Amino acid sequence: MLHALTALLLCQLAGEAAARSLSLPLPGPVLGLMLMLALLAGFPRFAALMRPVAQGILSHLSLLFVPAGVGVVGHLATLGGQTTALVLAVVGSTVLSIAAGAVTFAAVARLTGSRDD
Amino acid sequence: MTEFAEIWSYLSQGPLLWLTATLAAYGFGDACFRAAGRNPLANPVLIAVVVLAGLLWLSGTAYPTYFAGAQFVHFLLGPATVALALPLYDSIPQLRRALLPVLAALIVGSLTAALSALAIAHALGVSPEVLASLAAKSATAPVAIGIAERMGGSPTLTAMLVILTGVTGAVVATPVLNALRLKDWRARGFAVGVTSHGIGTARAFQVHPTAGAFAGLGMALNAIATALIAPFALSLFQ
Repeated sequence: MLHALTALLLCQLAGEAAARSLSLPLPGPVLGLMLMLALLAGFPRFAALMRPVAQGILSHLSLLFVPAGVGVVGHLATLGGQTTALVLAVVGSTVLSIAAGAVTFAAVARLTGSRDD
Repeated sequence: MTEFAEIWSYLSQGPLLWLTATLAAYGFGDACFRAAGRNPLANPVLIAVVVLAGLLWLSGTAYPTYFAGAQFVHFLLGPATVALALPLYDSIPQLRRALLPVLAALIVGSLTAALSALAIAHALGVSPEVLASLAAKSATAPVAIGIAERMGGSPTLTAMLVILTGVTGAVVATPVLNALRLKDWRARGFAVGVTSHGIGTARAFQVHPTAGAFAGLGMALNAIATALIAPFALSLFQ
């Protein structure tokens, strides 16, 4: 557990350092994700080491946005009349993007002969 | 009574009280979610946020005091993003077998999510600063918050828009996809994961295991795609 946690933090640290020093457009943790993915693909035994800790964190992923979520309650007043517009934007774009993504996937799968098995 | 006041003033200064309250409120929200038969409308995060906001209001506690305790949970967003590499690694075999459909649906889905949200909000007169919090809302929360912070958005508003996107996707996915008569579980799951991240993925696993696996893949890939697409989409509206 100690080693896996250290590996997670080291990847994030390397990602943050790379994002700042090279002023890359990606957030540090996303670069850390890509570094971790490269390590997992390069050393399959590494996946067994990471699995318990990664699954532990990911199984309660939604807990992690509670603190930021609580902050929005104080934010609501400053949003005022924009709240309705934001709700409409979120609902509209969610319906559109699910439809567009699924139709694209199905169409390209048919063209390339990739089957659901 | 004075004893209570003394204990309260001691506990309310340190991080222990609000860290404990955050975990307990989420545990309560999760119990409600299970009791409601995992109905996406009974979202555990929304329940926890309402409970905690009520407690802060009743006790007259300011958000920075609360956050001094809750920051330990908030900090884990970064390591959790890195940990997403594991489910992505696990789905490499499925990714290989459907590489072209996956890449096409990722680009179209991620672009549609960001551009249509920004276009609707912009048309309805939402201010540019708020648009920066909206652009990344289809990415999983830790990534969306990271992206929004870099673009000058508000982390708290982004968190709320991410959750709203997740809950909306979980509720509308089945009716929308049935109306389109799509029967490929990979297409259905992947589009839901790209659009509605973890909350949509959890919903997809309830519907069909293949849909769930592809939803997880969609969520992980869109974490990377949104980091590139959201700043570009936002630049078109500023």
